[in-house]
Amino acid sequence: MQQEQSEKALFELSNISKQFPGVKALDAVNFRLFPGEVHALLGENGAGKSTLVKIMTGVLPKDSGSIQLQQQEISPSNTAEAQKLGIAPVYQEVNLLPNLSVAHNLFLGREPTRFGCIRWQQMAEDARQLLKRFKLNIDVTESLSHYSVAIQQLVAIARGVAMNAKVLVLDEPTASLDSSEVDTLFDILRQLKSEGIAILFITHFLEQVYQISDRITVLRSGKLIGEYPITDLPRGKLIEAMLGQELQQVTGEQTEATEPAKREPLLTVSNATVPHSVDDVSLTVNKGEAVGMAGLLGSGRTEVCRALFGIDTLKSGEIKIRQQPVTLNQPADAMQQGIALCPEDRKTDGIIGPLSIRENIALALQVQAGWWRYISPEKQRTLANQYIESFHIATPDSEKPIEELSGGNQQKVILARWLAISPQLLILDEPTRGIDIGAHAEIIKLIKSLCDEGMSLLVASSELEELVAFANRVVVMRDHRKVAELQGAELSSQSIMHSIAEV
Amino acid sequence: MIARRFVPLLATFSLLVVMFIIGGFQFEGFASFQVVTNLLTDNAFLLVVALGMTLVILSGGIDLSVGAVVALSGVLCAVLISEYQWPPLLVFPLVLVIGTLFGTLMGSLIYFYKLQPFIVTLAGMFFARGLATTISEESVGIEHPLYYAVADSGIALPGNAWLPSYAIIVLAVLAGLFLLTHYSRFGGYVYAIGGNSQSAALMGVPIARSTIGIYAMSSFLAAFAGILYTFYTFSGYALTGIGMELDAIAAVVIGGTLLTGGSGYILGTLLGVMLMGIIHTYIIFEGSLNSWWARIAIGLLLFVFIALQKVLNRSSQRG
Repeated sequence: MQQEQSEKALFELSNISKQFPGVKALDAVNFRLFPGEVHALLGENGAGKSTLVKIMTGVLPKDSGSIQLQQQEISPSNTAEAQKLGIAPVYQEVNLLPNLSVAHNLFLGREPTRFGCIRWQQMAEDARQLLKRFKLNIDVTESLSHYSVAIQQLVAIARGVAMNAKVLVLDEPTASLDSSEVDTLFDILRQLKSEGIAILFITHFLEQVYQISDRITVLRSGKLIGEYPITDLPRGKLIEAMLGQELQQVTGEQTEATEPAKREPLLTVSNATVPHSVDDVSLTVNKGEAVGMAGLLGSGRTEVCRALFGIDTLKSGEIKIRQQPVTLNQPADAMQQGIALCPEDRKTDGIIGPLSIRENIALALQVQAGWWRYISPEKQRTLANQYIESFHIATPDSEKPIEELSGGNQQKVILARWLAISPQLLILDEPTRGIDIGAHAEIIKLIKSLCDEGMSLLVASSELEELVAFANRVVVMRDHRKVAELQGAELSSQSIMHSIAEV
Repeated sequence: MIARRFVPLLATFSLLVVMFIIGGFQFEGFASFQVVTNLLTDNAFLLVVALGMTLVILSGGIDLSVGAVVALSGVLCAVLISEYQWPPLLVFPLVLVIGTLFGTLMGSLIYFYKLQPFIVTLAGMFFARGLATTISEESVGIEHPLYYAVADSGIALPGNAWLPSYAIIVLAVLAGLFLLTHYSRFGGYVYAIGGNSQSAALMGVPIARSTIGIYAMSSFLAAFAGILYTFYTFSGYALTGIGMELDAIAAVVIGGTLLTGGSGYILGTLLGVMLMGIIHTYIIFEGSLNSWWARIAIGLLLFVFIALQKVLNRSSQRG
């Protein structure tokens, strides 16, 4: 602490409070950033991380407290102003413009001009120079949509740096990156750090926190829990700080993977093939069994889920439900067979943003009931309230638009939507992506209890430990094919990793 | 290898050239410079309106009021000049200011109240058309020396062709819009808003100013087109330009601009207008065909272009 006090904070927020209708989102929170450090801001969903970030980047006004940048009081009232002051945000979903060129994205609003005319050549040259620092050698005149999310993410950071950022705010920057891309990103962060830029890093991947951060600030329910040097806060303590008393529940959940009795198969897939996405995949899901599906992004995980829900149709192969061959040409067919799917991309494929929690939950049930059997709002509300209570969905009531909920709560609503039709097979594609630890644990618990109740689950996930925790069997996908099926003693995150990596 | 984004533009251009060649072989006098300048003069007001529409569509919006604004400004010009004897050089700026304010108002409604551009500009269309009809139901003729002077002036071009001053003005507008769209920061903002207005806002694009500016620009150009129209017809009439907004949208789309916003080119719109014009010209030269065949051809063309854009979009997403 003493050594820190000798140095002055570059960016300091003190006593920040923010009240939303019904919730105190931030309660006298302090946060400070020193030059040349990576500072992780951690907490569950609803802890107040995003509110704090929004306040420091000028998206939301604060109710009280002060923000100081280099000992100067500032109060940015919009993002542009914050950026001008040197606070550059990089958001989870890349918030750049896919239709513009890479160079234009880097310099939008600050294009080099002569006599008021943009000098496109000059701009491209500047962009190339800038990206050299990031070891990115790409055609900067090509539109951004041409490139992978990882590159887009780096371009977003480069944009921040190019605007002479003193403070770089990274909100879940690694959520859609694979591990080598994360390494590249971290190399760049280390370089920026050495240049004296202060980096605020928000993530839910705790191992990444320990890879890159110097200090950690933990928030819980809008309150500051503490600020710790990384060495003072081992993982166990960190989780304790983030979850408080809930820790017992999460760690106490170490049940052994229950040995599946010889159960009858519910779903049998044989030699399923969908052009360009699923190649000759066979698998079985028994009644009351949770089958995991592992593999890297693009390995065919999601594609199998889509085929089983009738979104993509099989070119060859067979799907049997309860030993009966079925044809699934559209999701309605799959629903008819008692299949439900929680899709991977919650935002675009799962939620219907402006509709209320109630309407989102009743949706599948209404589809199943058909056009002529309208489910009255009263019934919908009862249904919704039931799930809000049993899933601990954090909301004042069932009428709140789902887009205003945090990711974890949205996921619970989507789960509720499908559980409402009492499916026999529930397919979950990355059910815990972008979700905080608390909600994560709850969802894993829910998966287990559903299995105990006799429901069958097929869960695609990139988090191996999670799969090992609840799955009876794990199917490993690579290059659109099934490459392994692990169960019993051979099932461990190690063995899954080996199969994925083709060792 | 030509970038994929230029393909629709190239398709329009090739079609234009092919039409020109076919017409040239079929009819005497079709493939002449005069036909090209006539295309420009006869479609001058449509081109000016379509240029404004291009900006609006690039930003992901739509402006249905332009045809009505053309009529309103035409009627205003005619009434003020002929009935009130105001000098044209006072009337024109006044009309342009009125048009710009009208667009500013619509843009403000769209931005501040988060209203759909479709409905706001539809309301604007009814309002402007209604106002024009209230001012004068009849066509009002204009007799003014300036009009005759402008009609007689122009530049003689080699090959016995004549470029009327009217076409020169349109070319100047085209050049201005080209610079504005492709070489100014404002132009960049238009693309940004059309790409994703939320991201654009987070990147510090002044959304309010830009959105309002876009609609103000569109209405300004529509008012300008209305003035041009009075030079073309020596009159102002409240029923001018009915459906012109739809012709303008068609020209913009045929010119390769995506209706969803964020992608397109000013010169594409020029090609779109010219292509629609040459189809009309062809049908006139043909003589036996009803002029409504031009509509059928343009309808088919629109279908083809939308399909083409869809295909290109899909393949670029896969790539």
